Formats: sequence, C-alpha cells, structure tokens
Amino acid sequence: MTTTGYEAVIGLEAHVELATATKLFCGCPNEFGAAPNTHVCPVCLGLPGSLPVLNRTVVEYALRFAAALGFRVPDESIFARKNYFYPDMPKDYQISQYEEPILVDGAIDVDGVRIGIERAHLEEDTGKTTHMGGGGRIHEADYSLVDYNRAGVPLMEIVSRPDIRTAEQARAYVSELRGVLKALGVSDVKMEEGSMRVDANVSVRPVGTEAFGTKVEIKNMNSLRSLGRAIDFEIERQVAALEAGERIVQETRHWDEADGRTHGMRTKEGSSDYRYFPEPDLVPVAPSDAMRAAAAASVPELPAARRARLAADWGVSDADARVLVDVDGLADFAAAAVATLAGGTARDVANWCTGDVMAYLNETGLSVEVLPLAPDGLAELVGLVAAGTISRNQAKDVLAECLRTPKRPAQVVQERGLEQVSDAGALAAVVDEVLAANADAVAEYRSGDDKARKKKRGFLMGECMKALQGQGNPQLLNALLDERLAERLA
Amino acid sequence: MTDGTTPITGPIRHPISRADVEHVARLARLALTDAEVERLTADLAAVLAHAADVAALDLDGVPPTAHPLPLRNVLRDDEVRPTLDRAEVLAAAPVAEDGRFRVPRILDPS
Repeated sequence: MTTTGYEAVIGLEAHVELATATKLFCGCPNEFGAAPNTHVCPVCLGLPGSLPVLNRTVVEYALRFAAALGFRVPDESIFARKNYFYPDMPKDYQISQYEEPILVDGAIDVDGVRIGIERAHLEEDTGKTTHMGGGGRIHEADYSLVDYNRAGVPLMEIVSRPDIRTAEQARAYVSELRGVLKALGVSDVKMEEGSMRVDANVSVRPVGTEAFGTKVEIKNMNSLRSLGRAIDFEIERQVAALEAGERIVQETRHWDEADGRTHGMRTKEGSSDYRYFPEPDLVPVAPSDAMRAAAAASVPELPAARRARLAADWGVSDADARVLVDVDGLADFAAAAVATLAGGTARDVANWCTGDVMAYLNETGLSVEVLPLAPDGLAELVGLVAAGTISRNQAKDVLAECLRTPKRPAQVVQERGLEQVSDAGALAAVVDEVLAANADAVAEYRSGDDKARKKKRGFLMGECMKALQGQGNPQLLNALLDERLAERLA
Repeated sequence: MTDGTTPITGPIRHPISRADVEHVARLARLALTDAEVERLTADLAAVLAHAADVAALDLDGVPPTAHPLPLRNVLRDDEVRPTLDRAEVLAAAPVAEDGRFRVPRILDPS
C-alpha cells in the first residue's frame, strides 16, 4: 500500500547495557551467561537493610558519552524509584532517573542530518523471567521462573527527539549511535544479545502539517532489520487506519518477527501510575570539573571522523569506509595490514577486507578477531598480487584457504604451485616453441582476415597457456605473443 | 494498568476522594474493606492538608529538595565483591525450581 501524503514522526529509546565489571549499585559481576541466580547479593535482591551504592565507572562512562555527543551535564542529577508490580525486580521498584537525568540535550549527525537526543539517564536492568506452560507466552503460562543475575546491571537509556522521519533513518541513527558507544568502549551494543534494545515511538501526520499525530510505542525489535521492518509496518498500519477514518489509539505494540506485524498489548500504566519519587537511599550525583575533564580526555576518534580519515588516506569509497568502521575490528585489522604492507596499496587491503573477507564473515557469522588470517598475512597476499606472482583470481582462492586455515598466503601459493611464470625469457621461449609447433595456424593467421586472425590468435594463446599449465602471467604472455605475431606479418 | 480513575498529578486536590484512595490502593495491590477506605480517605485528607500548608508558602526560587543530607557523589569502585550462595538465596523463596525463583502466574488468562 502507499503512504503518499503522510510523513512519519519517529523517536527512539535505546537501552544500552554498560560494560562495567559490576552492577549499577552493588559489586555483583555484570556478566552474561552465568548459571541462574549466582550473581546476586542482598542489594540486587532487595533484601531488608541493604543499601545501594553507585558504581563510579558508570558515571565515568556517562560523562564520556556526554563529551562525545555534546550533551549538557547538569550540576546535579538524582535517582528515582519507579514502582510497579512485576516479578522481574525483587524490590517491586526499579531505580531509575526521572526528573533530573544525568545528561540532557545531545545530538548526533546521521548522514548529514542532525538528530537531537533529549536525554540519557541511568537505570537498573531487570531480571529475566521465563514463562512455563502455554508455549512460553505470558498470557497462557501456568507460572514463571525468575533469574536475577541481570537485575541491577547498569543501563543507559538514550531518548532521541522526534527528529526521525523514515525507517531507514531510524536504522542509520541506531547504527551511528552503536558505533559511537562501541568506539567509546562503554558497551558491547549487541542488539541480538540484548545489550542494546531499541523501542520506537511512531506517529504519522499529513505532509505539511506541524501537529503530531497520536503516537504508538513499538517494542521487541532485536536487530536493525526488525527495527526497520517494524517501523515500516507501523507507518503503513497507521496511514491505513487514518485513511479508513479510524482514530489511532495511544498504546504499546509488540513486534512479532515471525508474522511481520505489530500487535497491541494491554493498556500500559500511565507515567504517573509508576508513582516515581526520589530514591531516598542514593544521594545526588554532582560531577566535578575534574571528572568532566577526565571524561572529555578519554574520548577516542569517533566513527564519523574515522570514516572520513580512511576515505581521505586510503582512497576508499564512503560506503566501504562505513563497512570498515562499522564491522567490529575490521578497520583495525585493515590498518594493521596496511602498516606491514611491502607491495600494493592500502586501497587493495581495504578492497579485500570489504569484499572477500566480509563475504566470509557474513557467510560464517565469525568475527574478525577469530580469523586464522593475521593482518600481515593479508598484506603478504596483496604483495604477491602486486608483484605479479599470482593473479587476482588466484589470490581469491589463496585467501579463501587462508581464511579457513592458519597457512600463510606464500605457503598456499607454493603448495598449490600457483606461482605465475612472469619471467619474460621463459615466456618468450614458450611462445616461440608454440609458434614453431603450429606452423599451419601461423600461416592461416598471416593470410586470414581480421576475424580469422582473432580466432587463430586466441588458439595460439590457449596453446601457450596450456604449455605453461595455466601459470603464465597473462599480461606478459599476451604482449609477447602479439610481438612475435607482428614479426611474422612484417 | 489504568482503571478509569484520574491519576493524581499537578496541584494537590483537597479533599481526596474515595475513588482516589481506591485507585492508589489498587496500584499498591492493597485489598481494602469499605471501612478501611472510609478511614483512609479521612486520614489521607489530613496528610494532604498538611502538604497543602507547605504548598501555600511562597517557594519561588527554592529548589525542590530531593535529599536532606549534605552529601554528593557517594561512589564505589567498579570491583567485584562476593555474591551470595544460591542454595541459601533460594531457601528463602517460597518455591524454587531449576535454580530460579518460581512465581505464580503473572497475568490473568482472561
């Protein structure tokens, strides 16, 4: 269906798990995958008499993020209790920030468009509930089991302004945000593993109008792809409803990856129903000038700057620079290869990385750091092609083996006997032998028209390659054959 | 889960209505008898009247007090501390299963 005549207004809430050693308010390990309820203590279990104490590193990470994206850090921020009844938090409240978040008014540039970020605040992650019976769905379950290892893991919730207009732009925003958080080293930001979760607020309005339509919150998207699909579905659903004369209901809808639709949930508790109030057990956070300065000094090169530098220094396209910087470790791998380059160019290295190496990573789901190929191995391969030892096509086969085994490219070339014959004297001798052995063909070449000559030349080239078992340097061989045939015509 | 009553927001409404008390009781999952609702409506009205005395003062320029202590930045280093023994933790739970807390059905099947 068409959504012509309407525009979407989209705001995103990203929940990012911070990569600290311990939880937000206690010394339990912040570590994924442990046996259930082994990373718990009186604080994160909400046992009587326990008191939360804020993790210093969490504050440092938030300040680093602030310095990277130009947030204002108010003099003081406070924590609040968000009260609700659900067994994923043993306290029956979640410690969050409500009225005075730690960061306000940031922004990020996404493909030349500045997307505002209203606020970023700190809060506890919740425990993990598993619903038993009824196919694992909460509505039909007989009972539920709870693991509190994740309860109290530090989250930063990053709330964009409603500056996003399309699903594509939403994906690009999350991708850029992810890249920044990863570069800052404050989170793993893996959507598939839940260390980054993104909810979207979506409304539509007729093009040219200013007032916002009724917004719907969509949840449960666990990849960039499903985020884009869910937003596109929701825009079409809302436009279709308005076109049919219906009203949009303000609600929370869950994305179902399997059927590709959003589904309405029960009406959620309104904000005031959470009965937020200041957390009496935690004093305000007032970042000192020294903490702010240390955070600013800890900001590394951000992805946008790195992409621009790679494009300028290596001559790669913007799209390739994006792949290099976006894929975990790929730009570092390429840079290490370029540093050991003896022949060939940085651009050659980048092309192999964004081409064959990426294809292999996509196909296998592996990450760069587990590849048996070392950066200097890729540099060696580029050098072998640049020196004419192997052709580009042969290099593809060599690389394919080096991506799977710990062998060096030179070793593979030797084992397979792939070295091209690039010695002009040896090649000339072969050409002369072939011409002598095929006197008939040479005679037909001399007397034939252009078409016949082309055919005979192709035949003779094939014979030369056959004599060289396919290992003749094709450029040199072509040049030599042309030279010798020209002599015959003279 | 909203139940049709008006959430308490903005200026303090005085006196508090029975419906407000029932709404708050519902949010706190308290099963109150009619007599208790009656008594609490009067009690809470008195509490709100006291709050209204404070609200009546000219407080322009006085920042809201989130915390009475003159303390800021109570922080701890990001170092792992010992956790509790799981058997001990689960022994305190009414029911445990498979290393986890077992809780009753969360939503009504309706």
